Parts: sequence; C-alpha cells; structure tokens
Amino acid sequence: MTLLALQGGFADAPIASAHAFRAALTALSQPGQILSVTGAAPPAPVSVAAGVLLLTLVDGTTPVHLAGRYDCAALRDWLTFHTGAPLVAPEAASFALGTWADLQPVGRFAQGLPDYPDRSCTLIVEMAALSNTGSRLTGPGIADHARLNLPEVAAFQANRARFPLGFDAFFTAADQIAGLPRSTHVEDF
Amino acid sequence: MTDQAYNFAYLDEQTKRMIRRAILKGVAVPGYQVPFASREMPMPYGWGTGGVQVTAACLVPEDRLKVIDQGADDTTNAVSIRKFFQRVAGVAVTEATQEATLIQTRHRIPDTSLSAGQILVYQVPIPEPLRFLEPRESETRKMHELEDYGLMHVKLYEDIARHGQIATSYAYPVKVEDRYVMDPSPIPKFDNPKLSNSPALQLFGAGREQRIYALPPFTHVVSLDFDDHPFVPSKADHACDLCDASDSYLDEVIIDDQGGRMFVCSDTDYCGGRRAAGHVGRLGEEAI
Ligand SMILES: [Zn+2]
Repeated sequence: MTLLALQGGFADAPIASAHAFRAALTALSQPGQILSVTGAAPPAPVSVAAGVLLLTLVDGTTPVHLAGRYDCAALRDWLTFHTGAPLVAPEAASFALGTWADLQPVGRFAQGLPDYPDRSCTLIVEMAALSNTGSRLTGPGIADHARLNLPEVAAFQANRARFPLGFDAFFTAADQIAGLPRSTHVEDF
Repeated sequence: MTDQAYNFAYLDEQTKRMIRRAILKGVAVPGYQVPFASREMPMPYGWGTGGVQVTAACLVPEDRLKVIDQGADDTTNAVSIRKFFQRVAGVAVTEATQEATLIQTRHRIPDTSLSAGQILVYQVPIPEPLRFLEPRESETRKMHELEDYGLMHVKLYEDIARHGQIATSYAYPVKVEDRYVMDPSPIPKFDNPKLSNSPALQLFGAGREQRIYALPPFTHVVSLDFDDHPFVPSKADHACDLCDASDSYLDEVIIDDQGGRMFVCSDTDYCGGRRAAGHVGRLGEEAI
C-alpha cells in the first residue's frame, strides 16, 4: 500500500456521506436526473462521482468487483483502506465498478432471489459524460418520460423483463451521477 | 447546533450505510419489503423507531423537518421526534407542509399537496399486509414471490358478504405498479388516493418488524377492490367546523359534557392555513 491510498477520503464523513446519499437517492428514485456530488478524490481511473458512491455505500459487509482496468493496485489499496470492502469475482459482488464494456457480460452479476429480490448487485458504470439525450425512460420515478445517454438498450430491457429480479445501475462521469433502477422501462429513441 | 456527543443524525456511519442500501433497494423494487437490521433508538418501538431510522439515514444538515402524528404537529410523539432531530442533526424544523423538505408521519398523509423534492417518511407498525391472514413469514414471502394474493381478495370479499361493503377503513391494502401488495401503514383509506402518482418520494420504516419499503415519485398505486364493489375513499359527511374545508380528513371531537361534537381537520397545518386565509367554519369564531 502506498501513501496515496490513505488520501482522497471524505473530510467530514457523516456530512459528506449524507449529502452523497441524498444525491444517490434522488438519482435512483428519479431515473434520468443528473446530479453533482463531491468530496472524494479516488485514484485514476476512477471518477470523483464513482469514488463518492463507493465511500457512501460500501463497507466490510459489501463485496465489490473491480472490472477491467479498474482492477488496479492503486484502487484496490484505496478501497481497502477507506471502506474495508472485500474484493471478489463478479458473481459474488454486491457492487461492481467499471466501464460498460468492462462489466460485460452483465448476466454474471447477482439478480436477487425470487423471494429476496434485494439480494442483487448494483453496478457503478463509468461513462465519458452524462446527458439527457438518447434512450427514452418511463416507469416509477418519472412523471412522463426522461432521457439518458445509456451505453446500450437491449441489456436494460432484458433486465426490466426479469423484474422484480435484476441489477440496479448508477452511471458516473466526472462529478456527476444518474441512476437506473431495474423498474425503468427503456426504449431506443 | 448539533449535540457533539452524537454522530450526525445519531446513528453511526456503518448503520446509516446499511439503512441507506436498504432504502435504495426499496426504491428499485417499489412496494417490496426490504429486510434491514433495525437498531435500538432512544425511544420505545411504538414511537416510530423505523421511521426515525429512515429519517436519520436521509437527513442532510440543510433539511427542514416536519413531524406529524395523526396529522398534528403538537402531540407528544411528534414534538419528541422533532426535538430529537434538532438536537442530533441540527436541522431546521417547521409545521408548514409546503416548507418542509422531509416529513415524518404517523398515520396520515398531509392534506396539502406534496411537491417534487419532498420526502415523506411513514412510521409503520406492521409492514406485512398479509400478516393477519397468514402468520408465517416464510408463507407470506412465498405469496409475494408468486403474486399469490388470493387470500387478501377472499378477505375483502368476505367483508362485502358480511357488511355489504369492505369494512377496512385504515391500512387499506394497495397494489404497487401491478406487482406487490403493500400495507400503506394505518392511514385512513381517505388518504389512499394520495399514495399514487405523488411528486414526493415516499419511504416506509418498520422498526420492530425490521422492514423498509418505498414508493418513488410518480409510482402507480391502486387500492384493492372489485369491479362490482369499487374502492371508495370514505370521508365524514361534514365540512370542518373550524375552517369549513370539505376536502380534508376530519376528526370527531367531543366539546362538552352534553354530548356536543365538532368535526375538525386532522391536519392541523392545513386547518390553520385555511383559517389564516380567512375561511371560517360553523364553529370557527367561537373556537378561536
Ligand atoms: Zn379545518
């Protein structure tokens, strides 16, 4: 472990994580809304937003899968020091971090059980940018419809078809987050 | 100021993370009861420890908190919870529904319409709507899994056979997004229509039973009924005797020992707001 791993956590954890959770809650309960978060300085290639979500939601009870180039020594050390989360294979993860390409195939991640649909994985999908363009979203949390530049459509339609099973996703880019729960209907525009 | 003897919002960070993860699962699967490890709170279970834990996990220092007990801001229960969060989270408080960013409630939905960005946290005593039909948790869990809600319909239909109508007037069961049957907590069925398509986020916390569930904004919620006996959100056939409102939920109050009665809004903020705006009910002048 390097000294770098010790840096980049929340300066005032109770307040910073309260603000971050409220943003995450808004993002997941109003799919398509893009919100800004702050307070984490994770090592490259992780975005500020993904770092904030990890510090807010992850701990020693939530196994994490780091996908693709996110599975690097600097991030492993940082996450271990700040959260104590065990690092695991995709199938065992409560949270998974990577680009959409890194996370494929997403069918590997826990979808929950028929009697416990909450025992599912949450994906943190790193993106180049977030914008209210592209895929059309409808469902709980959305008054009429919303738009979000999802990385693809078919995987999220398949995920919705399994409801109440499925994964939930946060999309992150720089200091921005958006959410897509398994309940959202996704259509190509 | 926050009382420095406590962590922000009382609960430790690990507990808040656990509750926050449960809330997010609840949001993702509307109406499904997510298990969580309820903590001891410095108040008895009957005082809404589930709602208190959900509120603690959601609060930010900038929040403006309102707490109501059966519609009223000034009951012992509501005052205690409000003071608790003033002390441990340093948040501002209000009695005005429109000014509140987070409202914790026991047994009512405010009569003032909620708006986008607001969070309504319900205190829930018995989260399982099938519990009084089937005491075994393993069985009710299976029923939810299989969408096997026949027993609930049989119970409601027996009501109709016996009473000519569905007798349930509180905690009237609803179906969420055509999937999960959910207990809306012991709100009067008058409030049920407000559950559906609300611009506010609705969160439900049951402390003793250790369950959290949620209705995101604009979630479709239907009260269970039958084609030949449609759901009717009943209401007393009166206007409020203080503010003359005909669209609010009314409590019956005994006013003298000759059996005199009056009907007043259960939502004290709604009633007060109407009276401040000049509306006067049948007994409005005398009462002020
Ligand atoms: Zn009134």
